[in-house]
Amino acid sequence: MLRRPWLPPGRWFVIGVPEFFLFVFLLLPFLILLKISFSHADAVGVGFEPLISWLEEGTLSIKLHFDAYLSVMQDDVYLLTYLSSVGYALLTTLLCLVIGYPFAYFLAQSFPTLRPVMLMLIMLPFWTPFLIRIYAWKNILDANGLLNQFLLWAGIVDEPLQLMFTKFSFMVGMVYGYIPFMILPLYSNLVKLDRRLLEAAADLGARPWQRFWLVTVPLSREGILAGSLLVFIPAVGEYVIPELLGGISILNIGRMMWNEFFINLDWQRAAAVTMLMVLIILFPIWLFNRYQMRLMEARR
Amino acid sequence: MNQTAAARADAARGAPDFLKIESIRKEYDEVVAVNNVSLAIEQGEIFALLGSSGCGKTTLLRMLAGFEVPTAGRIVLDGQDITALPPYERPINMMFQSYALFPHLTVYDNIAFGLKREGMPKAQIAERVEQMLDLVQLKPYAKRKPHQLSGGQQQRVALARSLAKRPKLLLLDEPMGALDRKLRERTQIELVHILRQVGLTCVIVTHDQEEAMTMADRIAVMREGRFLQIGTPSEVYENPKNRFVADFIGSVNLFDGELVVDEPHYCEIQTAECLFHVGHGVEGKQGMNLTVALRPEKISLEPGWQDLPYNAVQGTVAARSYMGSYTAYEIELPSGRRLRVTVTNVDRYEEPYELGVRVTAHWMPSAPVVIVE
Repeated sequence: MLRRPWLPPGRWFVIGVPEFFLFVFLLLPFLILLKISFSHADAVGVGFEPLISWLEEGTLSIKLHFDAYLSVMQDDVYLLTYLSSVGYALLTTLLCLVIGYPFAYFLAQSFPTLRPVMLMLIMLPFWTPFLIRIYAWKNILDANGLLNQFLLWAGIVDEPLQLMFTKFSFMVGMVYGYIPFMILPLYSNLVKLDRRLLEAAADLGARPWQRFWLVTVPLSREGILAGSLLVFIPAVGEYVIPELLGGISILNIGRMMWNEFFINLDWQRAAAVTMLMVLIILFPIWLFNRYQMRLMEARR
Repeated sequence: MNQTAAARADAARGAPDFLKIESIRKEYDEVVAVNNVSLAIEQGEIFALLGSSGCGKTTLLRMLAGFEVPTAGRIVLDGQDITALPPYERPINMMFQSYALFPHLTVYDNIAFGLKREGMPKAQIAERVEQMLDLVQLKPYAKRKPHQLSGGQQQRVALARSLAKRPKLLLLDEPMGALDRKLRERTQIELVHILRQVGLTCVIVTHDQEEAMTMADRIAVMREGRFLQIGTPSEVYENPKNRFVADFIGSVNLFDGELVVDEPHYCEIQTAECLFHVGHGVEGKQGMNLTVALRPEKISLEPGWQDLPYNAVQGTVAARSYMGSYTAYEIELPSGRRLRVTVTNVDRYEEPYELGVRVTAHWMPSAPVVIVE
């Protein structure tokens, strides 16, 4: 008979703390929003009508209002905003991958003594607040910012370029903000790559580029997927970067949610917009999980 | 197919300088890993580089594969100087110690990997891979991934992959290193059978002398980046050129002594323990210091102390271990040193010598060998 492995007594506590944290600060707010998205404001206008109530005749009444969802689906602007946000998130992910992969690759190839220093350099910006780091880009991209001053000085342009509040400045900010989330999982994957496999490939006649495409890239698939998810998911709902660097020409769910919540004060619709965004994000997470489960089963 | 393969192997033989290693040297910073070694390997020969870790055998193998560039010297394969060729341009394939199978590819694709790089047509690749799977008897496993195979099966995939391109030279890095003992013995013979069938020239790196002796036509014993001796397994075992080789290959008793009689067909050497009458002549002069090597299995034991003029010592049984097929004794001599003796257990009912019993150990003149170096 199989004996249960010995488990340390503090186990439930250690697991319980983060679970409790996630319950209070993630699941509970989520459920509250879910409820709001289906209900109307009550008569007083402060709270919301309950979804489930007992009527006097001993009937349980469940009342779900779908009007917020219907209005979101009927108005093109929401659909366009979702598409635009997902599109920009995909572009961000792609750019982060294209820039981050070589970075992570050379990091993993560098001398072991050098790696902690290089990792430190990637992590260092995290010590300054996110908002300030994004704000700093304004000083670089402004009409009389550093970049324009340099271009003028070098004689490349005659008058300052309009860089701020364009797709360019938006993408610069997004890639800058999210690239560490791409590099770190890629690095931790690439650093484990068995160099003997590359030698075996060389031995069998693969040139350096073929070794990269046929061995390194397929074996770092998990790192690519993990990094892409870590970038894509928060990028869809990003609010600060489009607000500070993107300007109004860029359609963005994050800002739309903010507007619905705090400017239009239409919480029911805001909640519905949020729920639909969560659905959009859940899909790739679900795909990734399924992929990982398959991988784990294959390894068993 | 067997016959044609054998014929091919026969025809292939006779090119004595098929692989030529000329004064190869490899230095890392201050360390000399391989120190001016030269070697010629015949076509179709299975050659073993034998030595303990750090002796330079792996570095030499990696230079043959092209993973390391020699500091000095030349490597010539089939008349072509390959010293400066990158690994992917050499007609050489290697079977890695850890097999280094591509975990993301099936058995089929692992074997086909090298063929695809050659740009071989698809149909031909399929045919060749089938052939290889047949050879290593893994046909039903073509669609599996490496992690779904046992260690022995993985090893055979690695072999098939390294044979698929029909290299001029096959390199085996500790081919049995990851297998357990029983499987290892069977696989060694199987592997040699396959190599002979294909008629390949092959260099094996191993630290396991039994493996080298089972598989190789010739062995080079390496130490500190140099070849100490090159020869057939029996040459290296029965005629070790120096103390290190004698001690490294198998078990041995070594005696220091002085040459007292030197005739063309025999010689006599006086050691602290006894007079050795050795059945071969030596190149040397009387009074010179020599070493006599005597293998434990070439010594016989008799009960009691008997006085013999030469090739015998008296002692008491100090240790005994029963190994099944033989019994290993340690006989303590009057001088205090211990003599290793093994006795084959030919009789199921034979009583072993008890500890503390007085015995005489003796041997034939053809048993010991003199090491001049």
